Amino acid sequence: MQTSGWLQLGLFVVALAVITKPMGLYLLRVLDANGRTWLDPVLRPLERLTYRLMGVDSSKEHDWKQYTLAMLLFSLVGCVFTYAILRLQHLLPLNPQGFGALSPDLAFNTATSFTTNTNWQSYVGEAVMSYLSQMVGLAYHNFVSAATGIAISAALVRGIARNGVRPSSGAAVSEVPGLGKVSGGSLVSSVAAPGDGRTPVMTLGNFWVDLVRVTYYLLLPICLVFSVVLVSQGMIQNFKPYTKAKLVEPYKISVEKKNDKGETTLGADGKPVLEEQTVTEQTIAQGPMASQVAIKILGTNGGGYANANAAHPFENPTPLSNFLQMLSIFAIGSGLTYYLGRMTKNQAHGWSVWGAMMVLFLGGTLLCWWAEAKGNPIHHRLGVAVADGNMEGKEVRFGIFNSALFATVTTDASCGAVNSMHDSFTPLGGFVPLFNIQLGEIIIGGVGAGLYGILVFVVLAVFIAGLMVGRTPEYLGKKIQSYEVKMAMLSLLILAVSILGFAAWASVSPWGLAGLNNAGPHGLSEMLYAYSSGTGNNGSAFAGLTANTPWYNTTLGLGMLIGRFLMIVPILAMAGSLAQKKIAPPSAGTFPVAGGTFVVLLLGTVLLVGALNFLPALTLGPVVEYFLTAQGRLF
Amino acid sequence: MKDLFAHLRGAVMSTLILAAVCCGLYPLIVFGVGQLAFREQANGSLITDPDGTVRGSRLLGQGFTADKYFHPRPSAAGNGYDAANSSGSNLGPTSQKLYDAIKDRIAAYRKENGLKNSDSVPADAVTASGSGLDPHISLRNAELQAPRVATARGLGVEKVRALISQSTDPAGFGVLGEAGVNVLRLNLALDGL
Repeated sequence: MQTSGWLQLGLFVVALAVITKPMGLYLLRVLDANGRTWLDPVLRPLERLTYRLMGVDSSKEHDWKQYTLAMLLFSLVGCVFTYAILRLQHLLPLNPQGFGALSPDLAFNTATSFTTNTNWQSYVGEAVMSYLSQMVGLAYHNFVSAATGIAISAALVRGIARNGVRPSSGAAVSEVPGLGKVSGGSLVSSVAAPGDGRTPVMTLGNFWVDLVRVTYYLLLPICLVFSVVLVSQGMIQNFKPYTKAKLVEPYKISVEKKNDKGETTLGADGKPVLEEQTVTEQTIAQGPMASQVAIKILGTNGGGYANANAAHPFENPTPLSNFLQMLSIFAIGSGLTYYLGRMTKNQAHGWSVWGAMMVLFLGGTLLCWWAEAKGNPIHHRLGVAVADGNMEGKEVRFGIFNSALFATVTTDASCGAVNSMHDSFTPLGGFVPLFNIQLGEIIIGGVGAGLYGILVFVVLAVFIAGLMVGRTPEYLGKKIQSYEVKMAMLSLLILAVSILGFAAWASVSPWGLAGLNNAGPHGLSEMLYAYSSGTGNNGSAFAGLTANTPWYNTTLGLGMLIGRFLMIVPILAMAGSLAQKKIAPPSAGTFPVAGGTFVVLLLGTVLLVGALNFLPALTLGPVVEYFLTAQGRLF
Repeated sequence: MKDLFAHLRGAVMSTLILAAVCCGLYPLIVFGVGQLAFREQANGSLITDPDGTVRGSRLLGQGFTADKYFHPRPSAAGNGYDAANSSGSNLGPTSQKLYDAIKDRIAAYRKENGLKNSDSVPADAVTASGSGLDPHISLRNAELQAPRVATARGLGVEKVRALISQSTDPAGFGVLGEAGVNVLRLNLALDGL
């Protein structure tokens, strides 16, 4: 663990802290239907035109059921859109390499994967996807699944922040510190009848407005700048066919001999006959990469343009591009904690949530870095330099520290881009990304998903604290009752059931074991990681697993759908319930949701739930592997 | 039911509009700016001969085995350095296959470069990179290979070392990432002497 690593870690945390507030303030404007930004002159007309074509009245707000319905329909249409593109790829333009259509199970897996912001990839990008499939079929979801996540987190925060009393006049005007008066729009849905007056239908915002505004005002402008910076570092952005380079030193390889029909020739011993071939060319994959990578990173999608993802020198050319990518993964999620503070008029609460996340982030980073820097004792005994750490699956330009940091960041958030191969990490180094995902990706987390994920834990923490002191639990003046706790628990249990259930099924099935690249405990880790990553909507992998089979594609696809939508629906229901509640003024018995005690309680809740759910499985995977590595056991 | 159809219209229209903006307009703007402002990078940082033949990319490694060339890291991309099939080995810490491969590579590395059996070998020289296309090797790895290359070419070691430092990409701003020696650029520089 060298000095330069500590410097870079310090630089990263400081940079993140610095951008959190400006990002939060900007989010506050974007997520307000009437918020003003300096991009208004260009984007306002486009925004209005979009609403008109969609037939949306942007002044009307949705209650939680309307909001959920709109979100689900939108996701469904997008999923079908991408499925169709992937299945018809061979008929569509921008396919200079002439790639064929994807199989139905792979297209299903990929379409759900990108719709759910997972970006799990059962395919090799540069060998399967046409430029159109990448640029339209996949990058489309990189934008809108991110926007959907942010919209939902905003809906939940509105549910928490809004006072559940029907206002006397139609429009509520609230004072937003630092921004002056911002009209909050009508709190009461004018779509649905507000009822008899005693139980007003409280609204959470308008899904379509949130979706469009986040995409236009937040994601697109940042991506435009970011992708040009990435191109300047060496990332490609073109529509050329793949380039053929004449190798400086041609080399010979042994390949299986094929007959005229393309069948492998078998020798007398039944094994394929090998023949020598001289390779004189290197085929260099090209394409519109930078525009896609910018949003893949910023929107915590993580689906690599190339198979090696951010380890590919085109997809992450320099240490600077690497630093900016890591920072972008956290940028929006970090800003959302500030948004939470502003919206709930309790900035200390926002920073406390951020602080708890940073504790978990630093813990994971240090453990992963330490384990990777220490290296693999089995390989040390062979003569690998001890000081170099574990370099299998890592790139020289990033080294040990940046690989460990990227692995932690990408799994703290639900990004899933990788700049090193997690499958080749040391046991404890690989434990960190796996456990990060299983905690629910609430350490900054995916854009939006991280915030609504951690708020579930906040509700639980407040509930537990209430039980301990024997008072009705309150969160920011709103009573936490059985309905909220049920919804919170539901969203957590669904995650655990899907991960452990599918992994258990795979580990006792021939189809599950057939995909393994590694035997022993590491094989179990590969399966556990796959379903954690799928259900957690992360998308990174212990990538040795051959997952492009109908069984894996289908079960992982289901895991992704469960992890996304069965988590979101209870959360929106909770938001709807919270929105109706009146805010009680703080009293002496109110549990403070800011400061050290709260942070410790929140951390305890997160770690306890994570440990109770997953430690038994983790013990059979990475933990036992750690002890076997010390013994020098091989599989 | 009325709501359902209203939302369905919103879903279909927003999909089409957002796709047109985010997947048509946006990548084309980036394409235009990239091709105008950073033409070389946007097209793959290609290295070409004076006659226009593409010899590779500054950012992508190539396989080398002859004594007179510096050797890159082992590669798991396709049959090795396949730039249309990037991949790591994905072999885990307790893998027998990885153990055997590293054992063989260490023996070969020591033999090629005249190291003693007790000498430790740079980790990057015997492990596959994440992409299988890593253009770099570590400074120590290059240093250990320098005498072999110098002998094979009949050059002074100092001359080779000078080329190594010319082909070294430093850490970003002196602090970000790690310095590495770009093998393809180094070998082309050697051939150009």
